[in-house]
Amino acid sequence: MTVMEKLVATDQPLLRVDGLTKRYGPRIGCADVTFDLYPGEVLGIVGESGSGKSTLLSCLAGHQRADLGRISYDGRDVLAMSETERRRLSRTDWAYVHQNPRDGLRMGVSAGGNVGERLMAVGARHYGQIRGKAVDWLGRVEIAVDRVDDRPSAFSGGMQQRLQIARNLVTGPRLVFMDEPTGGLDVSVQARLLDLLRGLVRDLGLSVIIVTHDLAVVRLLAHRLMVMKSGRVVEQGLTDQVLDDPQHAYTQLLVSSVLQA
Amino acid sequence: MIRIESLSKSFTLHNQGSAVIPVMAGASLTVAPGECVGLTGQSGAGKSTLMRMVYGNYLTAGGRLIVGDLDVATAEPRQIIALRRHTLGYVSQFLRVVPRVPTLDVVAEPLLALGTPAEDARDRAASLLRRLNIPERLWSLSPTTFSGGEQQRVNIARGFAHTYPALLLDEPTASLDAANREVVLTLIEEAKARGAAILGIFHDEGARARVCDRLVDVTGFTPRLAA
Amino acid sequence: MLDAGSQAEAYNFAYLDEQTKRMIRRAILKGIAVPGYQVPFASREMPMPYGWGTGGVQVTAACLVPEDRLKVIDQGADDTTNAVSIRRFFQRTAGVAVTEATSEATVIQTRHRIPEVPLTAGQILVYQVPIPEPLRFLEPRETETRKMHELEEYGLMHVKLYEDIARHGQIATSYAYPVKVEGRYVMDPSPIPKFDNPKLAGNPAIQLFGAGREQRIYALPPWTKAVSLDFDDHPFETSKAPHDCDLCGAKDSYLDEVITDDAGGRMYVCSDTDFCAGRRARGMKGRLWAPEPEGVA
Repeated sequence: MTVMEKLVATDQPLLRVDGLTKRYGPRIGCADVTFDLYPGEVLGIVGESGSGKSTLLSCLAGHQRADLGRISYDGRDVLAMSETERRRLSRTDWAYVHQNPRDGLRMGVSAGGNVGERLMAVGARHYGQIRGKAVDWLGRVEIAVDRVDDRPSAFSGGMQQRLQIARNLVTGPRLVFMDEPTGGLDVSVQARLLDLLRGLVRDLGLSVIIVTHDLAVVRLLAHRLMVMKSGRVVEQGLTDQVLDDPQHAYTQLLVSSVLQA
Repeated sequence: MIRIESLSKSFTLHNQGSAVIPVMAGASLTVAPGECVGLTGQSGAGKSTLMRMVYGNYLTAGGRLIVGDLDVATAEPRQIIALRRHTLGYVSQFLRVVPRVPTLDVVAEPLLALGTPAEDARDRAASLLRRLNIPERLWSLSPTTFSGGEQQRVNIARGFAHTYPALLLDEPTASLDAANREVVLTLIEEAKARGAAILGIFHDEGARARVCDRLVDVTGFTPRLAA
Repeated sequence: MLDAGSQAEAYNFAYLDEQTKRMIRRAILKGIAVPGYQVPFASREMPMPYGWGTGGVQVTAACLVPEDRLKVIDQGADDTTNAVSIRRFFQRTAGVAVTEATSEATVIQTRHRIPEVPLTAGQILVYQVPIPEPLRFLEPRETETRKMHELEEYGLMHVKLYEDIARHGQIATSYAYPVKVEGRYVMDPSPIPKFDNPKLAGNPAIQLFGAGREQRIYALPPWTKAVSLDFDDHPFETSKAPHDCDLCGAKDSYLDEVITDDAGGRMYVCSDTDFCAGRRARGMKGRLWAPEPEGVA
């Protein structure tokens, strides 16, 4: 309740992106992307392969450096930060969920160690408390507590993805980047993950930027939607409005190309 | 509570020779608190389109569309999100939920989104499901597996979970048996009594006669086809 | 140049050419200036295979002066193949005096131990290091580990200790136990037993670490702080076999376990042979000590 009240009370965007541009030589990665993201909001970014959505996400998360434009997080100029500051931010306030859990987990480390790493990275030095938090988070992502000492390589794909989410959320981030988080998962596993993500977003007041090509996923998860084509944002708005009343030719094509489930 | 002034709407089909199809022009109506207004007109006349515009699901081409103190026609997405969360409820004919989520949580979700403590939200959801005769053994199952009538009742419970000041109802009594139809009509009457402004589509004439204070024929909003 | 013995004429003093020694000394000085920081250096081919102490040998070669007295130990012992061959190497190429007595040596090259006898100011202890990177266990990318050192991102070290406790109920890492140096760099002290870790800190001697294959040199200048990593509820503890030395009776030295027969018989002896022999020479006796035949040291 307090989280929601705070959200309603804050009228400042958590993230402001203005004219963000990234080129690869003469080729455009993404160009002139501008948007605000408010606390508690989930922004979906859709577009086909090569549309620039992944480039945009990695520029936002600081994995790549943008050529032009501004990113301001909670009033701070992200592109002007030192790397130390930015990496600290990405271990505390930010989180990044990879499409392939293998990219976001340490496969040789137990589930508990995976979840505890971010805590230890920010200075936690009490084994019992670290383990307690890890166990708590495994429960929250519906992984049986007796798996705490197993390595993720012994987990199913859906469990690995949930473990990656727990590992990312344990430090209470405010902004989560997700790259096709339901990619490669069976439909029933996807549904479970979507439900989990919705609950976490709601209960923790997370702001999320989620890149996907799955329109059904954004309809259920994202409040707002941005459609990208050839590196540019061609349309943005309320998710259901963009999907049900698309204005741009490309969005109309995209929506009409999807098989109705 | 709801005020619509000379609203217009057209669809541009970019992938079909950029055909522009005007579907609404000069639509105007008001719904006062405690009032229920029914939309009438032939199938395809634009009843659902108008409802969707009020909900912000369709963009408007021109005119004003005031819900509470927000002009939905020009509002920012996040303002509409807040409007939907606090002020404007919508019972559509289709249930769109994440598969696997238990029915009780589906119904409680609008309250949880407002920050209602989980226990209170579930209590409220349970009492609505009970009133709408959804057997308790189904509450822990996902409504995606339910029959059409059951899904419709879950949808209604969800729409009435929070006491929205404004409500959009699209065929709320369709595919319901007499007993459940009675429950839904009572819910609507209770909402009116607490001051909710309701805009609805009712094919069920008896229901329309019982809950609607006024009817508006949307045929009058159909644009005259220009050359 | 020097009169370094009959066979050493063909070599420069201490085998390496002066340019190379200067390059290594620069790396050593940089290492001393930034305690715990791994300084890259252009490791040379040495006339022995990697794993035999090529890093330590190069550091020793760069430190030696003709007046030095050298001691070489392997796991605490002066008389194992590795120690003997490195000692002979410097006898031949540098002609320096050698000793087995810790207190008499000016330079000590070691593999896997710190001598029991406390070191003194002016002494140099040179460690042979197989893998200098303490973060390697969990992060194989060299570019990433360098970045982690730069930004002091050491959470991973504790992940390793966490895994230990989760799996074994306690920190099971018993050698190469990481330390944080002067509150800044996390350092691998080479595979010394954690029993020796407390001796790293506040030591009056200069401690130099050389990794030949990995081409890294790092250092602990005298009186440097080196804190063994741990958890609040699982503090760092040294450990040794719960016995006294069976030869000299020492209660507080690091012990090797020696299997004496195929019926479960075993004995525990000091791993530091000089320390043990010194005690016995002073008349201290352990459980199984017996006078040895003439002619054996």
